[in-house]
Amino acid sequence: MSASSRIAHATGSVFALPARAVEPLMAGLQRLIGIKRMPWFFLLPNLAAVILFSLLPVFVNIYYSFTGSDRLYPSERPFIGTYNYETLLDCGNYLDPSTCSRDLFWRALGNSLVFVPTQVAAMIGIALLTAICLNGDIRGRGFFRGVFFFPVMLSPVVVALTWQWILQRTGVLNGMLTSLGLDPVNWLVHANSAFFWSVFVTVWAHMGFYTIILLAGLQAIPRDVYEAAKMDSANHWRVFTRITLPLLRPVLLVVFILAVIRSVQTFDELYVLTGGGPGSATLLMVQYIYEIGFAIQPRNFGLAAAASLLLGVVLLVFTLVQLRVSKGSNNG
Amino acid sequence: MADLSLARSEGGVRALLLGRRGRGKVTLSDILTYGYLLLGVLVMFAPVAWVVLSSFKTPAALQEFPPTLLPYSTEQVVVEGFDQTLPLFNVTTESGEVVQLAQIRRVGLNAQMIDPANPQAGRITVPVANAAPVRKVHFAVENYSQLLSSSGSDIWRFVFNSLFITVAATVITLIMNSMAAFALSKYRFRGEGLALVAILSTLMIPATVVLVPTYLIVAQLGLVNNLWGVILPTVATPTGVFLLRQYMLTIPDELIEAARMDHASEWRIFWRIILPLSSPALAVVAIFSILSRWNDFLLPLVVLNRREVFTLQLALASYQDENVVRYEQLLAMTTLTALPLAFAFIFLQRYITSGIASTGIK
Repeated sequence: MSASSRIAHATGSVFALPARAVEPLMAGLQRLIGIKRMPWFFLLPNLAAVILFSLLPVFVNIYYSFTGSDRLYPSERPFIGTYNYETLLDCGNYLDPSTCSRDLFWRALGNSLVFVPTQVAAMIGIALLTAICLNGDIRGRGFFRGVFFFPVMLSPVVVALTWQWILQRTGVLNGMLTSLGLDPVNWLVHANSAFFWSVFVTVWAHMGFYTIILLAGLQAIPRDVYEAAKMDSANHWRVFTRITLPLLRPVLLVVFILAVIRSVQTFDELYVLTGGGPGSATLLMVQYIYEIGFAIQPRNFGLAAAASLLLGVVLLVFTLVQLRVSKGSNNG
Repeated sequence: MADLSLARSEGGVRALLLGRRGRGKVTLSDILTYGYLLLGVLVMFAPVAWVVLSSFKTPAALQEFPPTLLPYSTEQVVVEGFDQTLPLFNVTTESGEVVQLAQIRRVGLNAQMIDPANPQAGRITVPVANAAPVRKVHFAVENYSQLLSSSGSDIWRFVFNSLFITVAATVITLIMNSMAAFALSKYRFRGEGLALVAILSTLMIPATVVLVPTYLIVAQLGLVNNLWGVILPTVATPTGVFLLRQYMLTIPDELIEAARMDHASEWRIFWRIILPLSSPALAVVAIFSILSRWNDFLLPLVVLNRREVFTLQLALASYQDENVVRYEQLLAMTTLTALPLAFAFIFLQRYITSGIASTGIK
């Protein structure tokens, strides 16, 4: 018996008793509403949850972004037009966040604009290199794959606390530096090193996920293509750029879009690791939304909604452009 | 013959060491590949191993800098006439001889010591510079037992909250998603396409973007500081519906026709035929649901504000805000939080990786 059917069997037996009670009820329901309406009955719970917790919130978010005050319930919130957007976008000089009325928004945006490309490039680069190594003729592939993948399973809080423990002033990294005769560094207190470690830790935690997808993509490339290239005595680099990359393109595109969408939404790890600091050096967009909407009193739901809608629009446009570009180049 | 078999086994050893299958030649790219992979093992494993090792250190050992690799503690002895155990020191005497003495107390640069073998000999004053503590490897299991003993920590409450959320959300997700997938794969009806688009379109709506209105809806339902407030918003996963629907499309419709002939109700067909046949897809959806619910952070952070409804993740993150961080307990708790998933990973690695590879979900 495979593991999955064992799991299904175990869960099945837990529900066997209530299920037996449910069956006559459901048969009665079917007689009542008729077989034609049964698919809607099956759909109803999921559809209701989707509408209530995914689709409705989009519209509520739009409404929130046009209303003010710190009241939660929409009926108590006065309509203030585009004021939230104007406040967010109000800047004396767009290159200098301190001239903006919401300077933290621009700092978070600026940080995200550096963080996302850096993190995505590093992550896909390392994931691709790892996948290529794992795809080679090596021993212990399952072990190595597990090694690179397991941080994906760790919770972001555990990841952040682990690295905080290593990077702190009296941590093991500084211990190693000291034993090499170097001075210890306060890694998370200096803006640049905190930013570097933010990128490093998020790459460490998530690269395994993309490695798995890329490895599956590599394994789908037929072996005989490589054999043919070997006959033509093409070198490694040529094989990589002329065969591997083009054939891996569709998978790379998926990985790229997923990585960017997730990178833009980075929150948990950095909230625990650096808290956005020092100052606002590692404050990214989602933490900004969380701070103004929930952490800083009075809670400014309207501004948070406006900022998150801007974020959503950026993500949507990015995804559509990517898909369009890839479609265009595939046809051409 | 003997020579031949020896040669063969030598080749086998070499193949094992160098990782080549059959061929004996080691190329530069092999060395680079293994070098990279071994570096990867160090970078990926060492941090977690370090936290686990650290979690077995005593508070005093955690204060040490530079830190030691293994957890050490100073050896303690019972000396006649003293209520408490005394720390043992290696003391270099003026004649250059090393003796083991127990320290009674320290006064400035001198320490009062006593010979544990011969307490009647009286107190000996020794300069601190000449004394080094006798240390042995000691796993401070008490970090864990203190954390888990109910007095002083609410850890069992956090464990219960996390477990409750994970189990309830996963069960509901499985039932709801498979019901929807059944409707969308085995029936033709008006509005089918619309329903499918409505569910799948939510793939495009990141949870962080609708954080504020989700909180409002949870608040309207009266579920702030209630575990159901973080369960309900997460159960209608579009990826789960998609995965299950794709799987159910491969189940032949004849099975359903035959069951209808036998006057089975639609629910019975769903529960007794379709669900058992979909168990591989259900397993993947279940694993990912368990993973993401156990690790959830942002929604619980917003919805659960009181300590008694905290999940493990929230409790862990809130440790930092306390005035005096008790690192030995923080590290033990970090290890315990990661433990269930480590076990799940060891047993389910194949499922998890194949699930990711085929769908890109997480």
